[in-house]
Amino acid sequence: MLRVRGLTKSFVGNVVLRDADLEVRPGQVLGLVGENGAGKSTLMKILAGVHQPDAGTIEIDGETVTFGHPVQAQQRGLSTVFQEFNLLPERSVAENIWLGREPRRRGMVDTAAMNRDTEELLAGLGITGLKASRRVRSLSVAEQQIVEIAKAVSFDSRIIQMDEPTAALADHEVELLYRIIGTLTARGVAIIYVSHRLKEIFALCDTITVLKDGEQVATSPAAELDEGRLVRLMVGRSMSSFFPDPFPDTTVGEPRLELRGAGNGYVDDIDLTLRGGEIIGVAGLQGSGRTELLEAIFGVAPLTRGDLLIDGSAVTVRTPRQAVRRGLALVTEDRKATGLAVHQSILDNALGVVHAVFPSRTGEARRAMPGMLSTLAVSARSMAQEAQFLSGGNQQKVVLARWLSTRPGVVLMDEPTRGIDVGAKHAIYEVMRSLAAEGVAVLMVSSELPEVIGMSDRILVMRDGRIAGELPRGSSEETVLGMATGSLEVAS
Amino acid sequence: MTRVRKLTSTGIVYSVLLLAIVVGAILTASNDRNFFSTGNIDNILTTTTILGFIAIGQTLVILVGSLDLSVPFVVSLASVVGGGIMAGSSGKIVPAVLVTLGLAVVIGLVNGVVVSLLKVHGFIATLGMGLILSGYLASNYQGSSGTAPRAFRLLDATRIGPVPIATLLMLAAALLAIWMLRRTRLGHHLYAVGGNAEVARMSGVRTQVPVIAAHVLCSVLAAIAGLLLLARLGVGQPTVGSQGNYDLMSIAAVVLGGTLLAGGKGNITGTLAGVAIFAVLDNVMGVMQTNPFLKDVVRGVVIVVAVAVYARRDLDRRPARFERPTGLDAALQEAK
Repeated sequence: MLRVRGLTKSFVGNVVLRDADLEVRPGQVLGLVGENGAGKSTLMKILAGVHQPDAGTIEIDGETVTFGHPVQAQQRGLSTVFQEFNLLPERSVAENIWLGREPRRRGMVDTAAMNRDTEELLAGLGITGLKASRRVRSLSVAEQQIVEIAKAVSFDSRIIQMDEPTAALADHEVELLYRIIGTLTARGVAIIYVSHRLKEIFALCDTITVLKDGEQVATSPAAELDEGRLVRLMVGRSMSSFFPDPFPDTTVGEPRLELRGAGNGYVDDIDLTLRGGEIIGVAGLQGSGRTELLEAIFGVAPLTRGDLLIDGSAVTVRTPRQAVRRGLALVTEDRKATGLAVHQSILDNALGVVHAVFPSRTGEARRAMPGMLSTLAVSARSMAQEAQFLSGGNQQKVVLARWLSTRPGVVLMDEPTRGIDVGAKHAIYEVMRSLAAEGVAVLMVSSELPEVIGMSDRILVMRDGRIAGELPRGSSEETVLGMATGSLEVAS
Repeated sequence: MTRVRKLTSTGIVYSVLLLAIVVGAILTASNDRNFFSTGNIDNILTTTTILGFIAIGQTLVILVGSLDLSVPFVVSLASVVGGGIMAGSSGKIVPAVLVTLGLAVVIGLVNGVVVSLLKVHGFIATLGMGLILSGYLASNYQGSSGTAPRAFRLLDATRIGPVPIATLLMLAAALLAIWMLRRTRLGHHLYAVGGNAEVARMSGVRTQVPVIAAHVLCSVLAAIAGLLLLARLGVGQPTVGSQGNYDLMSIAAVVLGGTLLAGGKGNITGTLAGVAIFAVLDNVMGVMQTNPFLKDVVRGVVIVVAVAVYARRDLDRRPARFERPTGLDAALQEAK
């Protein structure tokens, strides 16, 4: 029904998908797996009509098709449920599903027919009790997911792609999704199912395609694979000496940050001890609460229960400002949105936090800045250059300068090397090691497993907003992934 | 546990309007005047009518995610152009109205095209248009200009019972706009583009159409308001729009009516209540001979408090995994 041949795509000279093939038959569930950056999303977006391929062909029913716009893919019966919902929160379920195709009678939108069609559509998926006139904002995440799927089905789709559909769902809601998928395949609809959760892949899929570094490494019937083999196919790369070893004079000292039974709306029951000189990595799937943990500590979404101890004394941190005053620093995930003011100069950015929180130390920090920027090897024409003109790696170094000039005792880092080149990555790892050698404690969240494993003295694995377990230095990717997905239960 | 039915934002606005009327009636009575006298009701309705036309248009523009700051100058332009063509002769009423509205269509079209195709934010695009129009008015008209014939002045003077015919026209325009928003694709797409233009585009909506349509309708409604002022005053006035502060007052009424300034959420019914609240406030303070400064203070406080309440309600939060929202936040989330 759907046949993909030799699909290739690169972004700014970076090949993200190379020569990918795919074949889907009616009623089939094809699992698409791979690590972050393996090319799954790119492949999906090409099939959805969001990106156009550089090379390769897409055939539907033996006919070669090209999609310049998502609507064209939908008209050919290929719909996509993206991980981020494309819904209008202020509009009703029916209005969202039929947006752009509202049924009309005598020129007017036929609201009654629209609601009726919606309820029939939902009933066909085995869903009752979701009213077509409800506003999407009032729905739970699972219900919104159902609306997205119903919208995809409403195009009379014969192929539906789903990107991490269970990422935000609770267990009983996952059951419902399985049932819907069963209903669809019984009608002959084919599903392309992308997930990190290997259990789901094995429960649902009859064929599995593995992508790694933009290439297809295997396609095989699910019955011929097991979780262990699948993980090896996904990971299958040799660990290089890319990650610097701890500096020889690093000593693990007193606890600098402790959490005891801490939680808020997003994380729960968190116990952790972070000592000076330590680098702890936090691993977990998308939506497992990694970023939320850092935000809870830093007062972005303050803790509502449990205790937070800094350097041994109990403190409360209700705002980021209080966190900074207590010696915390947070390098955020999205440097353009929350890390930097891109229209300001390097110098203003690097002094931003000191100036705001410790104004009396601004002069001192300003004098130290040329030295700090050259230690970090920021390459720029001058300190007056606007941050927006720097490469991602140099921007990230400016973010580090911004935080290190507050002389923090605990540095929280969220995806510290996202979207930056290899050289800059290495430089940032060096900075982390030298911070540890100075007795600073580092807590790093990363979705790149090699990075977590290569840099961490200990690894905390999160799942569903809680710490699922702790793994020692040098654990394998299989073990971390197993604990993150829940396929491997904590031994201790 | 029994759940109290929570008010929608429109419900809140109408409760406030009711409160304003009750308090207004009491204050008026304490000054030995009757709030519900024909003269007083007429005063309130007249104020409501002009701002009502403009605010209906402004609602459409704000819903689609834009803004229109050129309305006061469109109002002035309509009054002098309409009056100029009529020049006191009742035979010229029809061509005058047609030319005036045609001119408004052109202005709205330019606003809409600049916003949707050149991607200039409505604030700037219509600020520019407003400057151009005000420059034209200032250099070509000194003092009043043009006169409305008697027949056209009847538009303002005629009443059915206590209700001016112009007010009925405004309500008819409101009903049409409500129908358009609820029952036409254009209306649905207006909400969609204002809510999230990218989602609308991905769903195959031509996103320029609703933006342009909203701007054209807004200019036309402002021109109708200008023609009504011409009928009331009998002469065209090049400053009648800017004196009325119709740009900011209409935006204030729309937001007071519960429409999100960012677009995508709101309705005409709320806007009408917003307009009426301002009219009642003005009337009561006029009766009580409140000093002008205090009048502005009251208006200012009303609008800021309203938006503060709405902002609290519309806080976009991630759903919590481990806690239910409590107290005020829970109530406000329910009210959404």
